[in-house]
Amino acid sequence: MTIDVDIKHQLGSFPIEAKFKNDGRLTALFGASGSGKSSVINMIAGLIQPRMGRIAIDGRILVDTERGINVASHKRRVGYVFQEARLFPHLTVRQNLAFGQWFAPAKGRMTDTKRVIDLLGVGELLDRMPNLLSGGEKQRVAIGRALLSNPQLLLMDEPLASLDQARKAEILPYIERLRDETEVPVIYVSHSVAEIARLATDIVVIAEGRATASGTTAEIMQRLDLMPAEERDEAGTVLDMAVISHDREFDMTLLRSAVGDMRVPGHVGEIGNHVRLRLRARDIIVADRKPEGLSALNLLKGKIFSIDHSGALTDLKIDCAGTMIMARITRQSSAQLKLAAGMPVYAVVKTASIDAAGMVRGVRPSP
Amino acid sequence: MNWLEFSPEEWNAVRLSLKVAFWAMLVSLPLGVLTALLLARGRFWGKSILNGIVHLPLVMPPVVTGYLLLLTFGKRAPLGAFLADHFGLSFSFRWTGAALACGVMGFPLMVRAIRLSIEAVDRKLEAAASTLGASPFWVFLTITLPLAFPGIVAGMILSFAKAMGEFGATITFVSNIPGETQTLPSLIYTFTQVPGGDWGAMRLTLISIAISMVALVASETLARRVGQRMDVE
Repeated sequence: MTIDVDIKHQLGSFPIEAKFKNDGRLTALFGASGSGKSSVINMIAGLIQPRMGRIAIDGRILVDTERGINVASHKRRVGYVFQEARLFPHLTVRQNLAFGQWFAPAKGRMTDTKRVIDLLGVGELLDRMPNLLSGGEKQRVAIGRALLSNPQLLLMDEPLASLDQARKAEILPYIERLRDETEVPVIYVSHSVAEIARLATDIVVIAEGRATASGTTAEIMQRLDLMPAEERDEAGTVLDMAVISHDREFDMTLLRSAVGDMRVPGHVGEIGNHVRLRLRARDIIVADRKPEGLSALNLLKGKIFSIDHSGALTDLKIDCAGTMIMARITRQSSAQLKLAAGMPVYAVVKTASIDAAGMVRGVRPSP
Repeated sequence: MNWLEFSPEEWNAVRLSLKVAFWAMLVSLPLGVLTALLLARGRFWGKSILNGIVHLPLVMPPVVTGYLLLLTFGKRAPLGAFLADHFGLSFSFRWTGAALACGVMGFPLMVRAIRLSIEAVDRKLEAAASTLGASPFWVFLTITLPLAFPGIVAGMILSFAKAMGEFGATITFVSNIPGETQTLPSLIYTFTQVPGGDWGAMRLTLISIAISMVALVASETLARRVGQRMDVE
């Protein structure tokens, strides 16, 4: 499924110009608040009509202003999960879920209700009214409702933004399952690095109304310059690694990819699956020789690829067997170690700081 | 005199009033919903003119409204003659005329209530329904209309209550004929015009109050129950 967007729009005095083409299973539109991300997916959904441009899904044209095409939103077959769940207050959960099915074309209505209800764990809620649901439950029902309308594409506009941390943690696994177990590609709008590092297969960066970069999650996450200022602390390296073994005695999991072996706490994933790790740049320690007597379990050997000084801080890219590991240290440490491009170093990863997110089925491991 | 003993004349007036008010409300309902929708959501030239026309009966003297109805729907008026010839629908000096007068007088109240409740419906919910594949017609039928339901009920009750009390336009348009166009207010008026009629007028006044109260309480209860069920998030 390829999504092809090339639009120009004017929102008041704010110009939006987005051009990207993508076939990711979960593509994140990533940018700071007010960067125009939501407007872009509203145009894909048909809730806003762009002044100029073209939007197509798998060759099916939804908008082409030159040819005067603008498919009505109810005919686009694009599911939409809004920031606030927007459940219909006068209908039960069951009726909310069925709403899109009433209008989906009978032919090709392959989405199996029972499977979606199981996938999202909403079986217990079917006879309740929406006002009696928690925020997390509402959002799960909203996702189910969008899926059951049998869409070609699912749009999610910051579906976790209005939830607290506990509720976010409740929903994330469901979105991962959605990505890995259904055929519907997802476009996911978010300003949170933590969310997209965990969920996205591909990222389109939106800044000030423009699509400034696009690529795989691993590629984009390395570009600290693309991160909005308030999220820069969260940026770092995303690694998809194979699960090799589980250690019962210490409750650890051994992972492997070209970059080397990593040990992470807990029983993560199943052998043969892939797990996604996020190593925040500021959690990496850099050593100029192999350290000893250190509690850190994970040492990655590499060469310094680039050094960027900014104020008191220094951003390093360390080339570990072809994969770039990002590290952020102080300029003072950098000077003391006399770091320079090409120098062999060790990246030390404090194991307890690693974010390991569930299974990432079918995602290619990082090279 | 036993004050519960109604004369046939009085019974007729009560029955006729209920019939007139019921039909006035029912027939103006679809028209009222449509007008309210146009005023709440429509963007077209002449919207404020339409709004003004709808509200005219509220501000004009009822006698004027009644007289205008006579000029439009009377036996010799072109529209009245046309309806009588082609549809067998005659208004002059008949209870249908009373219903028409009451419907017109209650129309602005009904439209106002429905319009406000349609404007209060969250358009974001309508957008959500549209992304789920519902065409504008179905969005209106499955989302807008049910969510505006309390306002629609309120509008119906207001129209009914107005019709129960309508006097000026009715008596001007269709006169005060016992058994045909003599509604409760007309009969009260008649009683007050004859010596010794005070007692009858008082009894009918009490009945009139009772009917209005029942209608109001019923509408409040219904609207509250609907409102509770779908207490918006």
